[in-house]
Amino acid sequence: MAAVQVSEAEKVYIMHGVQDDLRVDGRGCDDYRHMEIETDVVSNTSGSARVKLGHTDILVGVKAEMSRPKLEKPNEGCLEFFVDCSANATPEFEGRGGEDLGTEIANTLYRVFDNGHNIDLKSLCICPMEHCWTLYVDVLLLQCDGNLFDAISVAIKAALFNTRIPKVQMIEDEEGTKEIELSDDPYDCMRLDVENVPCIVTLCKIGHRHVVDATLQEKACSMASLLVAVTRKGTITCVRKVGGGSLDPESVFEMIETGKRVGKALHTPLQEILQKEESLGKKRHKVGFLG
Amino acid sequence: MAGLELLSDQGYRVDGRKPTELRKIQARMGVFAQADGSAYIEQGNTKALAVVYGPHEVRGSRSKCLHDRAVLNCQYSMATFSTAERKRRPHGDRKSSEMTLHLKQTFEAAILTQLYPRSQIDIYVQILQADGGNYSACVNAATLAVVDAGIPLRDYVCACSAGFVEDTPLVDLSHVEESSGGTQLSLALLPKAEHLALVEMDARLHQDHLEGLMDAATRACKDLHAVLDRVVREHLQEVSTQLGE
Repeated sequence: MAAVQVSEAEKVYIMHGVQDDLRVDGRGCDDYRHMEIETDVVSNTSGSARVKLGHTDILVGVKAEMSRPKLEKPNEGCLEFFVDCSANATPEFEGRGGEDLGTEIANTLYRVFDNGHNIDLKSLCICPMEHCWTLYVDVLLLQCDGNLFDAISVAIKAALFNTRIPKVQMIEDEEGTKEIELSDDPYDCMRLDVENVPCIVTLCKIGHRHVVDATLQEKACSMASLLVAVTRKGTITCVRKVGGGSLDPESVFEMIETGKRVGKALHTPLQEILQKEESLGKKRHKVGFLG
Repeated sequence: MAGLELLSDQGYRVDGRKPTELRKIQARMGVFAQADGSAYIEQGNTKALAVVYGPHEVRGSRSKCLHDRAVLNCQYSMATFSTAERKRRPHGDRKSSEMTLHLKQTFEAAILTQLYPRSQIDIYVQILQADGGNYSACVNAATLAVVDAGIPLRDYVCACSAGFVEDTPLVDLSHVEESSGGTQLSLALLPKAEHLALVEMDARLHQDHLEGLMDAATRACKDLHAVLDRVVREHLQEVSTQLGE
């Protein structure tokens, strides 16, 4: 991630503030920054979403393509993640510079979405053992201002909510050859149920307390962070520690509890906003990057 | 695409435009706060983002540093979801490297690099949605981003693509028109002096038609110049109002 230089005095200032539940921009330890979400930003995709969290800017595009299902899971489709850290964010990501961070994020996403409970992969199956839908979820990092995982997970949830997969039918004729038929109506689509898609909450340990949605300066003061992926019901799908420092077990349990609480509280307003945006339908004034 | 007429009998193109008509252009400067300069442009369905960092000290090897002018570093990248068929690698393939070199060549002609010896200017362009005219959208977005960064330019750089169908030059090609296999001309122009920063043409064209095609493209670039100029002035007005001047 883009690094910020923070002096010792600033670090002490931030740590003392966090101990009293007061951060530099006036937030409490459990508060998120201002978040803006917009779906259907790129029309070439099956679904897309853009999330701005503070200065962090993420664009996610989902493309649905037909392919063969995996051998060990013949009745299911699959999700493939790809994260592109573009040079827009910082010149260090030019060429192959952003590949390390991109691979790390993509691997974490695979782990978060690995179990079969998040998305109903069986609904992506067209014909067992022969055809299925593969959803390529492509994440584009446009600006980095700390807390990438949270913004990415919210963007993925919004993009999957927005995804429209065309309905196909398998037709078998007399000789037994199977054909795939696409319905004539371009608006006849299948939507995904994103009720159980988790959101990632990153908790950074600063001093003796931990904060949610750390900015780059706060990240520079923390030694270690914990990533918790929480679903709407409060179930945890993945826990991962990042960073060079070490965490003692009690603080890990405390952080998981905070993560669960904050994560659960994130899902309800997110779902409401997505439904509201959807209900505006064609009348919605699309802003994208022009606003 | 058999049976798809690029130019109908009444003189209308596939998307309803006249041959010399540009697509709808919407642009915005100052999209990102962290970069030195940034801009976003939409030409029809093609969406491009450009970000400029610099002038700053030369990063990486000191040997790249030039004693009398600034080094220009460009990168052209397409989002994997930008094309109709998913692209596997955003950059690093041959087409992107070629576009990167073209961008570098174009802007070296326009930016006053002699004012910044021993430094580096980075221009990064990202295509979010590709629907023909990728190079032109990149150049136009990058011009706005360079203006937003406050780097002195000789003149605006306006780019446009042009094609030739049934003895008529078509301007600002969309993806459908580009992939039909006809002549394709890309032109980058410095409008006031009418200097060409880049000219590139694919496919065969009879010599007699070349001048007509280049004239059409030049006129389109001048129209584009008017649009970009208006965007810059509006942005400047907005910024000075916000600053309270």
